[in-house]
Amino acid sequence: MAKRIEATDVTAYYGGFKAIENINLTVEPKTVTALIGPSGCGKSTFLRSINRMHEVLPGARVEGSLTIDDQDIYDRDVDVTAVRRMIGMVFQRPNPFPTMSIFENVVAGLRLNGVRRKSILEEAAEKALRSANLWDEVKDRLGKPGAGLSGGQQQRLCIARTIAVEPQVVLMDEPCSALDPISTLAIEDLMFQLKDKFTIIIVTHNMQQAARVSDRTAFFSIEKTGDPGRLIEYDNTQKIFSNPSQKKTEDYITGRFG
Amino acid sequence: MGDTPQRSAHAGTGGTTVATSHGWPAGASARVAEPSGNPGTPGPGGGDALPRAKAFGAERAFRGLTLAAGTFVLVVIAAIAIFLIAKAVPALRANSESFWTFEGWFPNDNPPKFGIGALAFGTVLTALLALLMAVPVALGIALYLSHYAPRRLGNGLGFLVDLLAAVPSVVFGLWGRDYFAQPVADLSAWLNRYFGWIPIFGDGPYGNSILLGSVVLAIMVLPIVTSLSREVFRQTPTANEEAALALGATRWEMVRTAVLPYGRPGVIAAVMLGLGRALGETIALALTLGSTYAISFNVLASGGNTIAANIANRFAEANDTGRGALIASGLVLFAITLIVNITARAIIYRRREFTESAA
Repeated sequence: MAKRIEATDVTAYYGGFKAIENINLTVEPKTVTALIGPSGCGKSTFLRSINRMHEVLPGARVEGSLTIDDQDIYDRDVDVTAVRRMIGMVFQRPNPFPTMSIFENVVAGLRLNGVRRKSILEEAAEKALRSANLWDEVKDRLGKPGAGLSGGQQQRLCIARTIAVEPQVVLMDEPCSALDPISTLAIEDLMFQLKDKFTIIIVTHNMQQAARVSDRTAFFSIEKTGDPGRLIEYDNTQKIFSNPSQKKTEDYITGRFG
Repeated sequence: MGDTPQRSAHAGTGGTTVATSHGWPAGASARVAEPSGNPGTPGPGGGDALPRAKAFGAERAFRGLTLAAGTFVLVVIAAIAIFLIAKAVPALRANSESFWTFEGWFPNDNPPKFGIGALAFGTVLTALLALLMAVPVALGIALYLSHYAPRRLGNGLGFLVDLLAAVPSVVFGLWGRDYFAQPVADLSAWLNRYFGWIPIFGDGPYGNSILLGSVVLAIMVLPIVTSLSREVFRQTPTANEEAALALGATRWEMVRTAVLPYGRPGVIAAVMLGLGRALGETIALALTLGSTYAISFNVLASGGNTIAANIANRFAEANDTGRGALIASGLVLFAITLIVNITARAIIYRRREFTESAA
């Protein structure tokens, strides 16, 4: 249940603005890949183009090729909703559906896929909540609103919602930036467990976090404001943080820039 | 939230003046951050003895002003209620038939005879029929404008819908009576021929019927329900819409999972406002209904009447008792509106746990 993502010459635009240019990288199954870099360097744009969420914004488009196990994600005949089911996403701010209970939030994706049987939904909800390390905290109040949980719990609820549909790949867009250190730790632990089953790509501003959780790290950067973001270096996390081959990477890692 | 740093800044320089900080602009507290080592020129944060709270200032004056405004509403409502009841009671005393069940309106006769039953029935029936027709269309338009139409087209169409709300009701009434009556009569004949087995689609004569009145009314409540719902739908957090899309929802599924549940309380409020307008609508219904005093579920036949339309039709000819009778009917309309509003609040309140966290 994990697939390889391969990006070839991916370029993404917001209207006339070129946000990223010629990104080439391959993400292996069952690994955690961290995307790091200064603000505005296009990490999130690249992440969002992997599950075709980039094109949701008016005027946004993607060029180049993105494949998941050699199937073209951007093929004209591909069903966008199928891509997004295969490649789940967790957002920067916890965004549980405010009108739904905890249970309904977790099974929202399954319901969208037409699952109606209560027993199946309950089983899937428990499994997803257990995987997200949230089950013990919420098992007695599954009927309560999801928005009533703490920020960290909400984010884990969103992770449970994402993995409940059993995607192949999970994208995380700065999942801990709105959370306190303890909740952050809980989610990092979670990522370790999840990579047994999923391919995980995470955007983070926190370099310690990238170093802690990821197997591979991609460093994105821009020349100056208004220029498209580029992939500067992509290597094993160990290598990036101890002995990067690019000067720019080293400057960023050591805090001299960005 | 915002005043927390301000409070600590004051505390740091010895001034607990937060509670009475009238004397200086709120932003000034930023300057307190300078070291207060120079007691010669105390900043807004103080440094000298604690100043006394002002006995009278803009703060209190404004508070009094808002209190007065709030009280004024209550006084006006009480005054109106007393006036209406005082006028209505003598007429109700003089009524020689049951006010609730008598089907007719002869308050000028001797003895006076009038009953509210048929009017109240007609009021509720036309309003409900109008909502039944208007709400689905209004929600469709609202969703199209907020989530489907290209932005420019959406704004233009939204403006047109708002324009519809600005048309005076007498214009709708005249249009309904003079131009729309014939098509509705044809439609009535058709409905009766093919769906006559449903009791509400009874025999004619077709003309100024409840159907005509409620169709005109539906067009009138359409804009208010549409523009309020559109605003509510627009406020759906992007984060929730993206969450639904990222789970693999199609556009319509996204609307169903994120937009509609989020907008539910607002839509209920919009429908209730539309219902309020429908219940109270006067002149358009006075022109398009048949002004009869019988309770009938046949929406096609000429007839129908509402409390407000009856007041408009009968006020000119009314004597003292007649006016009192009309005022009594107005009180009943008020009660109906009140019940509707309380019901709506109850519906919203029942789900407060979810709607509050949504806000």
